[in-house]
Amino acid sequence: MQRVVLDSGEIARALKRISHEIIEANSGVSDLIVLGIPTRGIHLANRIAKLLSEIDPNFTSDAGVLDITLFRDDLVAADRRIQPTVIPGDDIDGKVVVIVDDVLFSGRSARAALDALIDFGRPKQVKLAVLVDRGHRELPIRPDFVGKNLPTAVTERVNVHLAEVDGSDEVVISS
Amino acid sequence: MIVLKSVSLFGEKQTDISIADGIVVSLEPTSEKGIDCSGLVALPGLVDLHTHLRQPGFEASETVLSGSKSGVAGGYTALFAMANTNPVADSASVVEQVLTLGEAAGLLQVQPIGAVTKGLAGAELAGLGGMARSRAKVRVFSDDGMCVFDPALMLQALTFVKSMGGVIAQHAQEPRLTEGAQMNDSDLATELGLTGWPSVAEESIIARDALLAEKTGARLHICHLTTAGAVDVIRWAKKRGIQITAEVTPHHLMLTEELVRSYDPVYKVNPPLRSAEDTAALREALVDGTIDIVGTDHAPHSIEKKDCEWENAAFGMVGLEHAASVVQKVMLEGGRNWRDIAQVMSSKPAEIGGLTNQGRLDVDTEANITLIDPSATRTVTSQTHSASTNNPFAGVALPGAVVHTLFRGNFSFKDGEVVEK
Amino acid sequence: MKNLVSIADLSREDALYLLDNAQQLAQVNDREVKKLPALRGKTVVNLFYENSTRTRISFEIAATRLSADVINFSAATSSLSKGESLKDTAQTLEALGADAIVVRHPMSGAAHQLAHRDWINASIINAGDGSHEHPTQALLDALTMRQLVGSNDDLAGLKVLIVGDIRHSRVARSNVLLLSKLGASVQVAGPATLVPAGFEKMGATISNSFEDSLEQQPDVVMMLRVQRERMQGHYMPSEREYTQNWSLSGKRLAMLKKDAHILHPGPMNRGFEISSEAADDPRAAILKQVSNGVAVRMAVLHELLAGERS
Repeated sequence: MQRVVLDSGEIARALKRISHEIIEANSGVSDLIVLGIPTRGIHLANRIAKLLSEIDPNFTSDAGVLDITLFRDDLVAADRRIQPTVIPGDDIDGKVVVIVDDVLFSGRSARAALDALIDFGRPKQVKLAVLVDRGHRELPIRPDFVGKNLPTAVTERVNVHLAEVDGSDEVVISS
Repeated sequence: MIVLKSVSLFGEKQTDISIADGIVVSLEPTSEKGIDCSGLVALPGLVDLHTHLRQPGFEASETVLSGSKSGVAGGYTALFAMANTNPVADSASVVEQVLTLGEAAGLLQVQPIGAVTKGLAGAELAGLGGMARSRAKVRVFSDDGMCVFDPALMLQALTFVKSMGGVIAQHAQEPRLTEGAQMNDSDLATELGLTGWPSVAEESIIARDALLAEKTGARLHICHLTTAGAVDVIRWAKKRGIQITAEVTPHHLMLTEELVRSYDPVYKVNPPLRSAEDTAALREALVDGTIDIVGTDHAPHSIEKKDCEWENAAFGMVGLEHAASVVQKVMLEGGRNWRDIAQVMSSKPAEIGGLTNQGRLDVDTEANITLIDPSATRTVTSQTHSASTNNPFAGVALPGAVVHTLFRGNFSFKDGEVVEK
Repeated sequence: MKNLVSIADLSREDALYLLDNAQQLAQVNDREVKKLPALRGKTVVNLFYENSTRTRISFEIAATRLSADVINFSAATSSLSKGESLKDTAQTLEALGADAIVVRHPMSGAAHQLAHRDWINASIINAGDGSHEHPTQALLDALTMRQLVGSNDDLAGLKVLIVGDIRHSRVARSNVLLLSKLGASVQVAGPATLVPAGFEKMGATISNSFEDSLEQQPDVVMMLRVQRERMQGHYMPSEREYTQNWSLSGKRLAMLKKDAHILHPGPMNRGFEISSEAADDPRAAILKQVSNGVAVRMAVLHELLAGERS
């Protein structure tokens, strides 16, 4: 059993809204850094960075990558491949860092991302943007920017498909 | 009176065997009632020229009694007990002790082998004459486990033993070529990082001793052949008329060095498991008669000697309880018959070892008989009647099963159970 | 992956994956904060039956950077010298909570037995067993070669020459197996008594002349550490004869390509298998090997120990 909960148009609109909200919350794009969590968070971060520069041409930075493999406490054999971490401008001190992920679930990835980030310096603010918040948090973590709140059962699976990896954009829920 | 009904004598005609007072009295069908043995092949009791019974000295690995139980379960009615005990069987008192232990166990004939050199040290001759004249009447002398490598000493030993009608059973291993050796010298040894044991270490000693036997006119027996080259040397020596006999073990007939990849010391043995080409040459040589007998080199070791690093582990494997199955497989697949199996596992070893009461199944001979179900198949287990479990055949399916063993007319093994005295 | 006992057990993909992760971890080692929480709560025991301060320290740093607890257990200072069996020692270490045992042992196959004989469940990492294998050394050598030639993939086409006492070298065995899996062409060179034919089957070509091998213009020359005591008697008539024929001398250094690289697993016998000139040549990447050792061992520990085994 599987159904589409977001199609490509809805995904595009959600990312556009998130981008506007980021600029609004930050009163502009100064000192703003966008980091994606592998794998799909990277592509979402790239899209958000592009949207930010379209909205405000003062935003010129590319999105970066924040690998959390070595910081996870829920690692399984399948996801031990370590990706490079790329920090735009090589510095996060005093910056506003927006971490981007596809799905927010238990909150463990976000927790790992915060730990990973701290090793690179001391940002002014850290914010979390996700395409889907499916609930069932296990940690006191909440997103700052959400594409869609999606009520789910714990046993269901939420999969984000993106054109860059999967050929097309859609969010699918399956049980 | 015991009557074994409907046996297949040497796997040939169906008949009955009648036994009275420990002697075979008839091999003809009789109207007497008896024990149904239909479907079972009757052979003269098996004789192992090469068993390590470990007593005295290493009772944790085996005793004369536990080894005897293992022997009867394997169809044996006589075991030649190797001399590398502690104390070494290099004097009349030790060989008589082993003989006495065998008589007390009473399951089969335990015939002591005497050491060639004092303490197996390879330096001075042991008391060969004393052992020969003792109650044990030793006729087979061997330093097995060690090679009699000093050629001058070997020459003297052959000369001496010839005068007593005995034989030297040589463990052919050039010691300098095998220092620290762990496995067959091969590409696999290189890959595994284990020191190689070259074939020439075996073959050079056999060639040398064949020439010494020729010079002295003595009888020479070569223990556990393992290489194709050794087979060639034996062929050459026999052609030359040298009084040489050769032995092969069940494990060297079937198992190859590939098993060492596991680094499991259950596969560590002296001499080592060799290549597939070598095992094929050994099977061929047994089938064509170049190799005279199968000796088990039953070498029990307690668990701690094997549950350790390969290099720290002891050499040796148990063999008494599956030898007949291995030989059945090799000989029948090689086109030979049960009479030939009796030859290599009973008659010939008895003849080499000078046991005139063993190795024959005929009217008026001692009733030492083995009954085998040739159609059975069984998977070998490491838990057997032996006190040790170092069995490289564990888990291997083999044909044939020993059903009964009779020693001097009494069942020592009946319906798969040891009959304790 | 539960154990790392032998390069022979790795597929080409396994090896590349470990190298990729090691490459990422090498970059972590350039960061200001080098400590990672990946193995927090895990215990790694260095069980060393042979002294090797370098290898032990390298594993220790690797485990510590990943936040594992490290315990060192060495033959000289423990019950190992009192005749306790390998099995009992390993079971004791596991009972004390070891999640992984890094074992260095003078006997070939010791690591294999710890991994496969149902004595313990802990992960086993072979840090050198007799003359058999030293897989993390080969991985760090391969990582170094990848960096030197700028490859993020395999080592196809690379010509590697390994020189010395090939017969007794676990480094040579692991390297021949790994480099040939990665597409490099490997030649082993040394006196005929010290280069067994079995190396051909493992994937190397054999040479008994250093000069002939150098004329083939290798991209990498790996000099093995040689035990001097072996070079007098059975295998070589004298140390002098060995040095004359098999040392990477200044004269042989001059035969190397300008862009060739010199590797040595260390510790070096300067003036014996390698001249100071060669050891200090800009083409020598020996210190790079040392720092890559930490990255490779981190990658292996991470792979074997991180999270739950699914």
